[in-house]
Parts: sequence; structure tokens; C-alpha cells
Amino acid sequence: MKTRYSYGGDEHIFVECDEEMSLDAFFKSLSITTAVKKAKIKGVTEICPANASFQIKFDPDVIKPTDLLKELKAIEKSAGKNKSKLKTRIIEIPVLYNDPWTNETLMKFRDRHQDPTSTDVEYTARINNLDGLDGFIKAHSGAPWFVSMVGFVAGLPFLYQMVDRSRQIQSPKYLRPRTDTPKLTVGHGGCFGCIYSVRGAGGYQMFGITPMPIYDPNQKIKYLKDFMCLFKPGDIVKWKPIDRAEYDATVIAVEKGKFMPRVKDVTFSLEDFKKDMGGYNAKLMGALNGR
Amino acid sequence: MAVKVLKPGLSTTVQDLGRPGYYHIGIPISGGMDRFALRCANMLVGNKEGLAVLEAVFMGPELIFNADATVAVTGGELPPKVNGEARATWTSFKVKKGDVLSFDFLKKGARAYIAISGGIDVPVLLGSRSTYTLGALGGFKGRKLAEGDTLKIGKGRGAKEGRSIPEKLRRGPGSPAELRMLPGLYWHRITADAGKHFLDDTWKVAPEADRIGYRFKGGRKIEFVDRVPPFGAGSDPSNIVDACYPYGSIQIPSGTEPIVLHRDAVSGGGYFMVGAVVSVDMDLIGQLQPHTPVRFVEVTMVQALKARKDRAKILEKIRNIT
Repeated sequence: MKTRYSYGGDEHIFVECDEEMSLDAFFKSLSITTAVKKAKIKGVTEICPANASFQIKFDPDVIKPTDLLKELKAIEKSAGKNKSKLKTRIIEIPVLYNDPWTNETLMKFRDRHQDPTSTDVEYTARINNLDGLDGFIKAHSGAPWFVSMVGFVAGLPFLYQMVDRSRQIQSPKYLRPRTDTPKLTVGHGGCFGCIYSVRGAGGYQMFGITPMPIYDPNQKIKYLKDFMCLFKPGDIVKWKPIDRAEYDATVIAVEKGKFMPRVKDVTFSLEDFKKDMGGYNAKLMGALNGR
Repeated sequence: MAVKVLKPGLSTTVQDLGRPGYYHIGIPISGGMDRFALRCANMLVGNKEGLAVLEAVFMGPELIFNADATVAVTGGELPPKVNGEARATWTSFKVKKGDVLSFDFLKKGARAYIAISGGIDVPVLLGSRSTYTLGALGGFKGRKLAEGDTLKIGKGRGAKEGRSIPEKLRRGPGSPAELRMLPGLYWHRITADAGKHFLDDTWKVAPEADRIGYRFKGGRKIEFVDRVPPFGAGSDPSNIVDACYPYGSIQIPSGTEPIVLHRDAVSGGGYFMVGAVVSVDMDLIGQLQPHTPVRFVEVTMVQALKARKDRAKILEKIRNIT
């Protein structure tokens, strides 16, 4: 893993922790950005961790770009010594796979897809050697995912599944991006999952939809009253497959202010996780389900 | 005091100097695309430089005032009229209770900034009054203005009539427009030849040009250095493991049409970038009309910082005369 620094114009420093995605690269980005936040460097205006990189926005009238570069390199050195432990939370997200709304949308944009004859789930299941819809749901919802980045649009989480690389679902982005994606679509591109927080353009495969809003600029939704975006980098997500009846019931519960997502605080240790992924994930599930 | 929107124009939004601090969760800075013009408009009417104004794209709105105020219009050349009578741009003028402010056709540029003494008083959300339409956040109900909207105006004495910014201090893009850029980020992904013709070619603003980003077409296709795709990046040579996008960053999906991200930028994604436009030239992009020829001009960090200083000096001069 070699860190690469670059200026992004005169107001950004872009730091690539690794060219390829891995949990190690993500933790490196998270630990350095956490340390940068703590360092409270004058002139730094935005600190944005991403999957395997991060970005700092600064005011060059306050801090010289070369000085900030030096500080960041020093922080990288000391942050590298930290144990990769993370106080975070695990959130259960209900998802209706193969739902009518994303299916209707994906049919409209079939000419932009790699395989116009099948749906996004069918296509992704096939190229990942999964046994149809059922096999796909099992793989997708069987193990939890890290929120490895929040962005693209307001509150949209990028998700990275906590399984061995050989088991990760991979699927290309659409050949040409769609001009429409239903709000709250559960998507996937490359090795990353996502939830579209708002309706709009998108290039990720569409697998299903969640009834649970994750962004509310008006902050009317009960669990988004403190802040309008649900996710932070470092959160852990567990998908819960639901049927149409539960989907409809959840939509109504959200509207009535009666729905609260299941959320539990957990501490994550990268070392322990790497020793026994299956066992560690089972423990996380235990924490989520109050066992 | 308030103004009522009789006609909204094409896409008129409330903007100030933006909403920094939330890019890490995908909420962009927003704010006026041409910040220089926005500051000037406020100074002309006697406002603090960062108060909220209206940003009108290509076409002006029509507004009726329910009280007296001072108004100034800067940025693109969108000539204002009071009750049908012409007024100068970049110059403060008075409107009286019951007056109608409308606009002639756009003569130059793309965006006009309409400041009203006291500022547009929409609620402050996450530290700013700017509109981020993609996220339905801020401004007037999170959207562009519509017929019948009533905008509250803050309290302000208003500067006197005829306060003006001399032409030599105003700023707009030339033709071809020259956008200074700092090569970097993933510049190493393209061949030396491709880097050369990216800078040599004249590009044209594509019709897909808005507050999120400006697309350019007409230059030669960009060739990539061969590689084995890194895990998680995707198979296209222009793909990277999804990363943050700096404001002003220049991405070239599949090596064909460069896109420069602007104030309502998508905060990240999976396309490589060849560098970023320097901060002072972001204002110029906001004034580019579709089909305008554009050249990207390579600069160093030292030159970018010098350009910043020069801009600060001009603003200081304007502060002293307004």
C-alpha cells in the first residue's frame, strides 16, 4: 500500500491510500482523516474520507499548500501506528429485492445495459456464479457491509461487504448512465453497494429498494431529526430481506413516525475480524439482535 | 419587505457564498457560481458581501416590490428594467414600492446576480441560504423560483443610486475562454500525447452544463496508459476506486468529454481526473454559454496562488470604491 499525494487545484489535497480497494486501505483513510480532524489545522475547511483515499479542502490564504502537505505526511506517519479499532454502530436496513419500481426503471434503460435480455439481479447473479435470485439474496444479505464513503449526492452511502475478496459481488456500472433511478434504490457498481438517497441519474446496477429514508432535508422523519443524513463513514450495515407486505407496512410506519431503525453500538477490530471473518460477523449479528 | 415573483425566468435560485463543511456526506458547497459577481452585486447595494442574492441563468425573472429598495445586477450582461425603463448593469439603482423589475435578453455571459438591499431572507440551513436543488435543500423551499413565490427581504438601508464598478474591474471569460488548470490527481493515467492534445485542443461547452458541472466536447479522444484494473475500480480505463471529487476537478469518462465539477458538485465517484481548474477561474465557468470555445491552460501552484492574490487585490479595490 503506497500513499500518493496530489494537489487538486489550489484548494484541495487529494491522498490515495491505495490504488485498489481493501479494508486496510479504508481503515488507513479513516484513521488519517480522524487524526486530521483532531489536529484542528487552521485553514482546513473540509475533511472527506473515501473508500481507499481521502481529500482535504483548505484555504491557501490561511495555510500554504506546501505546509499542509508536510503536516498531512507527518500525521500519516503517526496515524499508521494506531491499532485499527473503531467505535461504530451497526444498522439494519430492510430491503425488498427485485421490487416492481426498480424493475420498471431498469426495463426503460435496457439499451444501456451489458445484458438487455435479463434483469440487473439476474445478470449480476450469473456473472458472480450465484444461484439465481435466491442465491443472490443469500450472498448480498448474508454478511454485513461497511459504509466506506458517503457522497456522490447528499447522504448516499458507498458500501463494501465484509467478506473475503473471493466472495465479493462484482458487477460493472451500466454502459451509459441512466437518467433516472428511483429514490432509495439499493445499487451496486464495481465491488461497491449503495443506497440512492434521492431520485436521479445513476450508473449502478439496481437490485432492490428500501422503505427506509436515509436523507431528509426537512428533518421531519423521526430518526433524522438530529441530522438530515443517516450515514457516516465507518457505519456497518446489515441488509434484512423483506417481502412486499412488510415493505408496505414499513412505508406507512415511517409516514406515521412510528418506524425506528434497529441500531446497536459496536466496537470493530480489523485485526480480530481478519483472523476469523465468519465468526466475527456472527458476533456482530449477535450484537445487532441483542444476543 | 418582500418581492413577489411574477415570472421566474429559466432557473433562478437563491445563492450566497455557500455551505462549506458538509462535503464529506455529499452535501456540496453550492452558492453563486460566479462568486466575484455575487460579491460585487452585494457591495453595490450596500450589503455585506456574503448576503443571499438571486442567480438567474440565461433569462431574468420578473419581480414586483412591496417596498422601496436598492438593486444591482452584475455578472453576465442581463440588462435590468424598472417598469420597462432600462437601467445599467454593475450599477446600483432604486426601486419604489409597486415597481416591477424585469430584464432584457442576455447579451453576454450566462448568469446574472441580482442583489437587493437587505438580502434575500430565506431560512439559514447548515450555515447558508444557498439552494442545492439536487438535494432539495436550502434556498426557497429547496428549489428554483416559481411564479407566485414571495421572497422575504432582510432589513438594510440600501446604498445610494449610481454606485458603479468600472468596466476594467469587471471580469468575464474571453473567447476562447482560457481556464487555468493544475495537472494532477490521476494525470498519470493518460499518455504523454493525450496530455499534450488535451491542452492544445480547443473544446466547446456542451449543452449539458449546469450548477453540478460543465461538460466540454470537440477535442481529440484521450488515450490511457495500459494497466491491470485495480480491485474495485471497474474495467474501463477511465475508472478508479470511487474517490472524492475536488471542486473544479476535470474528469474525462471513457476519455471522451471532460466534465468540470462546479458548486453543486457530486462529491465523489469512479472516474479518473486529470487535475483541477484553479479556484479563481471557477467564476469564469459560471459565465460560459453552450458552444463557447474553451482552452485549458496548464499552470503551477505558484501561478495559481498568484492569480488568487491578484483577484484579492481587485476585490479590495472595489471595496474601497463602493
